[in-house]
Amino acid sequence: MSGPDRAPDLRPWFLLAPALLSIIVLVVIPMSFILVYSFYENIDLAVDRAAFQFSNWQELFRDKYYHVAIWKTLRLSVIVTILAAVLGYVPAYFIAMTRFRHRWLLLLLLILPFWVSFIIRTLSWIHILGNQGALNGLFEWLGLTDAPLSMMYNETTVIIGFLHVFLPYMILNVYVSLDGIDDNLEPAARTLGATPWQAFREVTLPLSLPGLAAGCLLVFVLTGGSYVTPLILGGPNDYLFGNLIHDAVVSELNWPMGATLSFTLLVMLGLIVVIYSRFMGINQLAKAFR
Amino acid sequence: MAGVELKNVKKSFGLITAVQDMNVTFDEGSFTTLLGPSGCGKTTILRMVAGLEAPTDGDILVGGTRVNEVPIHKRNLGLVFQNYALFPHRTIGQNIAFGLKYRNVSKSDIADKVKAALDIVRLPGVEDRYPSQLSGGQQQRIALARAIVIEPDVLLLDEPLSALDANLREEMRVELKAIQHRIGVTSIFVTHDQSEALAMSDKIIVMSAGKMQQVGAPEEVYNSPANEFVANFLGASNILDVTVTSADNRTIVVQTPQFGTITVPRARVADLHGAKTGRLVVRAEKLRLLEATAHDGGVSAPGTVEAVDYQGQIARYFVRVGDAQFQAMNMIDGRPFEAGTGVQVAFNPQDCSVLPIES
Ligand SMILES: Nc1ncnc2c1ncn2[C@@H]1O[C@H](COP(=O)(O)OP(=O)(O)O)[C@@H](O)[C@H]1O
Ligand SMILES: [Mg+2]
Repeated sequence: MSGPDRAPDLRPWFLLAPALLSIIVLVVIPMSFILVYSFYENIDLAVDRAAFQFSNWQELFRDKYYHVAIWKTLRLSVIVTILAAVLGYVPAYFIAMTRFRHRWLLLLLLILPFWVSFIIRTLSWIHILGNQGALNGLFEWLGLTDAPLSMMYNETTVIIGFLHVFLPYMILNVYVSLDGIDDNLEPAARTLGATPWQAFREVTLPLSLPGLAAGCLLVFVLTGGSYVTPLILGGPNDYLFGNLIHDAVVSELNWPMGATLSFTLLVMLGLIVVIYSRFMGINQLAKAFR
Repeated sequence: MAGVELKNVKKSFGLITAVQDMNVTFDEGSFTTLLGPSGCGKTTILRMVAGLEAPTDGDILVGGTRVNEVPIHKRNLGLVFQNYALFPHRTIGQNIAFGLKYRNVSKSDIADKVKAALDIVRLPGVEDRYPSQLSGGQQQRIALARAIVIEPDVLLLDEPLSALDANLREEMRVELKAIQHRIGVTSIFVTHDQSEALAMSDKIIVMSAGKMQQVGAPEEVYNSPANEFVANFLGASNILDVTVTSADNRTIVVQTPQFGTITVPRARVADLHGAKTGRLVVRAEKLRLLEATAHDGGVSAPGTVEAVDYQGQIARYFVRVGDAQFQAMNMIDGRPFEAGTGVQVAFNPQDCSVLPIES
C-alpha cells in the first residue's frame, strides 16, 4: 500500500463517537465536577468557597462515623447479595427448565414490577408488615396476638425491601446463563452415571456461574449505592453510606462533604466492578439485557 | 453387554404420538439402525431406552430385565448425542473420565482407561485440551470415547455423523463400525441417511411417523421394500400402476401402460391379497438409458431425456416414456445423454418388485 492509504483508519472512532460522547457528557464531566467540589470549603449552610484544600477528605479519613457506615454498607450488601443469589437461583432454574410453552409469560411477570415506581413498591411493605398492616391484621383475626407485633423499621425489613426490588436482576442474569446451557449436557451426565443432584453440581451449576456472578455484581452495587430503602424501611441505625451522602447534601446543605462522600462511594463500587471484570469479563452483564 | 427388547412401546407428547406400538429386538452384539426422516420418532426411542423419557405404554428390556423403572444413572448405557454434548468447562480427559468417577475406578486406572479410549478413537494425547479447541470430527470421537469408556451394556448413537462434512462422514462411518465390531457392544444407531444405514447395519428398522415400516437386513430392505415409503426412502424409485394378468407358483405377469407385459419372479412380489392391481417398483439405478436404436435384452420402451443432473461418476436422468416421467441413475461412460435426446429406457424384470396398492 502507498500514499493516502497509510493514513490511520478513523472509522472506528466515528462509530464509537456517539457512545464516547454520551459517556463524557453524562459521566466523566459530572464526576469531574463532583471531584472538584470535594476540595471546596463549606462555610455555612449552603455557602461554599471555591478552594483547593483537603479538610473534607481529612474528615472522611478521621471520623469513625464514616468508617462504620462503610462497614455497614459492605455487610448489608454482602447479606443481600448472598440471599438474592440463593433465592434468585431457584426461580431462574425453574423458568429455564420448564417445558411450559409460554415461558415469555413467566419472564414478563418478572419484569412487570418495573412498571411501578420502586419507591411505591418499597412503601408497600408498610402496609404488609406495619402495625396496621396486613400481616398484623391476619394474626389478630386468627387470634394469635392481642396487640400488633412490631415488625417494621429494622435491618430485616431493609433486607426484605432490597430483595423485593433487586431479585429480578438476579433472576434474569441467572436465567440467561442457564438458558444458554446445551439441554443435552445434564442428560449426558445422567447417562454417564450421575444422579440428578450430581449432574446439577458438576455441569449446570458451574456453567451458570457467569450469570450468577453478573447478578451478584449488579445486586451488590445497587445495594451498596442505595439510600431510599433504608430511609423508608429502616430504623435510625440502619443507615448506609448513601444515607450519609443524602444527609450531607439535603439536610446539612454541605455540598463539598457530599461530593467527597459521593466520590468515595463511586471509587469503592467501581473497584468492585473492576475486580469482577478482571475475573468474569464485563460482557456477561450485557447478555441479560439483550 | 446385553440385547434390548421393546414390547408394545408407545410414546405420546400430549396429542402428538411420537412412537406407536414398537415391537422389536436388538440382538446382543449387533449393530441395528433406526432409519427414517426427521421427526419420525428415532430420537424418542433412543431416549426411552436411555431412560431420558418414560414410555407412555409398553416395556423396555435390557439383557432380559425390564428397566422401565430403573433411573437413568443406573442403566449403564452409553449415549452419543447428535450435538456431542461434551462438557465445555471440562478438559477432554475430564470429559472422558466423567462416567468413571461414578464407577469406583481408582485414579491410576482412570488415567489408563482414558488413554486407552483415546487410542481407540485415534486421538491420543489430547487429554488437556478443551472441547472448543477440537474440530467437529474430533469432538465426535471424544463423545464416542466418553460413551464407550464406561463399558456400557448398550451403545446408543443419535445421528452421530450428521454434523460432519461429507468426506469425514464416510471416513468416520467405516471407523465407527470398526470400533463397534472390535468392542462388540450392542449398538442402536439412529440416522436419516440411507447410505449410512446400508453401509453400517446388521439390521435396519425403517420408520415413518412413529411407526415401523420394515425390519430387515440391509439387502432385504433395499431389494424388497415392504411398501412404497421404504421403496422411496431408500434411494429413488419409479413406481407405476400395473394390472396382474396371470400368475403361477414362480412368476407373476403384469401389464404396464409403458412397457407392455412384464414377468416378475414370485419372490419379489408382496402379498397382493388377491387384488388384480398392484404397483411395480423399479429403482432408479436399475433403469438403464440406451441409444435409441439399441437393445440389451431387458424390457424396454422408447423415451426422451427431459433433464440431466450431472453428478460426476453418475448422472441422474429424468426421462419421459409415454405420459409418465421416470428417474434413472446411470454410471457415465463417455458422455452423458443430453436433454432432448431420444433413448431406449430398459430394465430387467427380476430387478422389479410388486407392492399392493395402499389405500
Ligand atoms: N419433548 C417433546 N415434547 C413434545 N413433542 C416432542 C418432544 N420430543 C419429541 N417430540 C415430537 O415427537 C416427534 C418425534 O421426535 P423425534 O424423536 O425427535 O424425531 P427424530 O429424532 O426422528 O427426528 C416429533 O414430532 C417431535 O416434535
Ligand atoms: Mg432426532
